[in-house]
Amino acid sequence: MILGASKLAIYLQYPFVQYALIVGVLIALCSSLLGVTLVLKRFSFIGDGLSHVAFGAMSVAAVVGLTNQMLIVLPVTIVCAVLLLRTGSKARLQGDASVAIISVTALAVGYLLMNVFPTSSNVSADVCGTLFGSSSILNLSMAEVWVSIVLSVVTVAVFVVFYNRIFAVTFDENFAKATGVKTDIYNLIIAVIIAVVIVLAMNLVGSLLISALVIFPALSAMRVFKSFLSVTVCSTVLSVSTALIGILASVLLSTPVGPTIVAGEAIVFIAFWIIGAVKGVKKA
Amino acid sequence: MPQLTIKDLSLGYENGAILSHLSFEVNAGDYLAIVGENGSGKSTLMKTLLGLLKPLAGEISFGDSLRKNEIGYLPQQTLVQRDFPASVTEVVLSGCLSNGAFHPFYNKADKARAAANMARMGITELKDRSYRELSGGQQQRVLLARALCATEKILLLDEPVSGLDPKVTMEMYDLIKQLNDEGVTIIMISHDIAAAVRYADHILHLGEKIFFGTVEDYKKSEFGEFFLAKEETV
Ligand SMILES: Nc1ncnc2c1ncn2[C@@H]1O[C@H](COP(=O)(O)OP(=O)(O)OP(=O)(O)O)[C@@H](O)[C@H]1O
Ligand SMILES: [Mg+2]
Repeated sequence: MILGASKLAIYLQYPFVQYALIVGVLIALCSSLLGVTLVLKRFSFIGDGLSHVAFGAMSVAAVVGLTNQMLIVLPVTIVCAVLLLRTGSKARLQGDASVAIISVTALAVGYLLMNVFPTSSNVSADVCGTLFGSSSILNLSMAEVWVSIVLSVVTVAVFVVFYNRIFAVTFDENFAKATGVKTDIYNLIIAVIIAVVIVLAMNLVGSLLISALVIFPALSAMRVFKSFLSVTVCSTVLSVSTALIGILASVLLSTPVGPTIVAGEAIVFIAFWIIGAVKGVKKA
Repeated sequence: MPQLTIKDLSLGYENGAILSHLSFEVNAGDYLAIVGENGSGKSTLMKTLLGLLKPLAGEISFGDSLRKNEIGYLPQQTLVQRDFPASVTEVVLSGCLSNGAFHPFYNKADKARAAANMARMGITELKDRSYRELSGGQQQRVLLARALCATEKILLLDEPVSGLDPKVTMEMYDLIKQLNDEGVTIIMISHDIAAAVRYADHILHLGEKIFFGTVEDYKKSEFGEFFLAKEETV
């Protein structure tokens, strides 16, 4: 224990660990905000789908030789998010089916491109890193840290300002629309926030595990809390603390960051599930 | 000037019109009941009035200082999911979003209006309860309070009593009548023609043939004679 603490104290002096903590906490904060909305709109897997799109876009950027991949990854992901969330409500194709189609297609194209036009000697390691979260959160540059900070601040601000509208649109879109809430705009805002969050979160946990980061805190909070506000607050707190503990644990135990965090989320979920069940039994 | 004027309206979905050449008027303080068989287009008409669907032809005009979005609405089935976390207060307050300029948060006036409407619907004790844990009748009251937050002028109710037991159904009808007496225009879809005739002052009957007129005329018409005769024999 003491050994662990002193080891931690040493690690915390390294800028790369500090950066990882800052960025990790911000990503966890942002990604938990829309979890409730996504679960309730039956878009639990949009995180998966969009991150695969982002992966596809990244490989295109790598093949083309763009140095700043964000320039292509962010717009492409935003466009897909908007399309997916729009079709989800009306189109014949079910939301989850269209997410699945886009997701596997983008994944396949991305992997194909990386194989046909290899940009580095070890393609499969690159792919594996993108999917499961490389160690890239542990070697962030100053610039990347700033980009994450700015994007997260904007995301949180937008969410707070539109919080009541997001609630209304999620709870009963028809009523909101009938009484003059511009639901199309808010659906667009929701889609853009999600896309930004996904692109950010890919650094932390990689595309395969993003769904966990987006969905787990919301699901855990929904076991125990009953109002939208308390669920939102609880899921942010859970998400931030799990990310913090997960990053520290992975540094100490030399485990991969993404899976460590997701394992933590799973444990929290089980705990909350039990608490919820016990509460339910007491009430009955 | 009528609050709502419907002229030569045709409505339906992409695959064709369900109703065409529909014309009627609703004046402030009216209580209009819309009746008709399943699938006759009652809900579609309501969605068109609310602007959720575009009319295929004809026009809907708002008068009497009623703005387009000043309509309160109680949907037929709320698509709200079983596990949606929302407190009663949060749901009722969300009716206040339609008013005026953009404010990110609810102000004092919004909160006061929400509280007043909860009191009016007799759900003040439920205000911190979870919406999803309420009974059907309680949920309807919550949604009515939300609709009243959106407007005091006109309410569109799509089968407000479906799924409620006889006692709660009566309470619901009385509540709606009371709102009407307080000056709120009511447009209500109902399958219960007896109740429609008892509470409403105008009837719109949709089907093969369309009837629009006062309850008195309705009772004398072929529709009324048919349905009310059936009622009496039961
Ligand atoms: N989204 C839709 N797209 C296409 N057709 C629809 C849609 N919704 C309803 N319809 C059709 O429109 C017709 C009228 O439906 P509507 O829901 O207005 O009936 P209703 O009078 O409200 O019936 P009920 O008493 O069962 O509520 C029906 O034939 C229905 O099949
Ligand atoms: Mg209907």
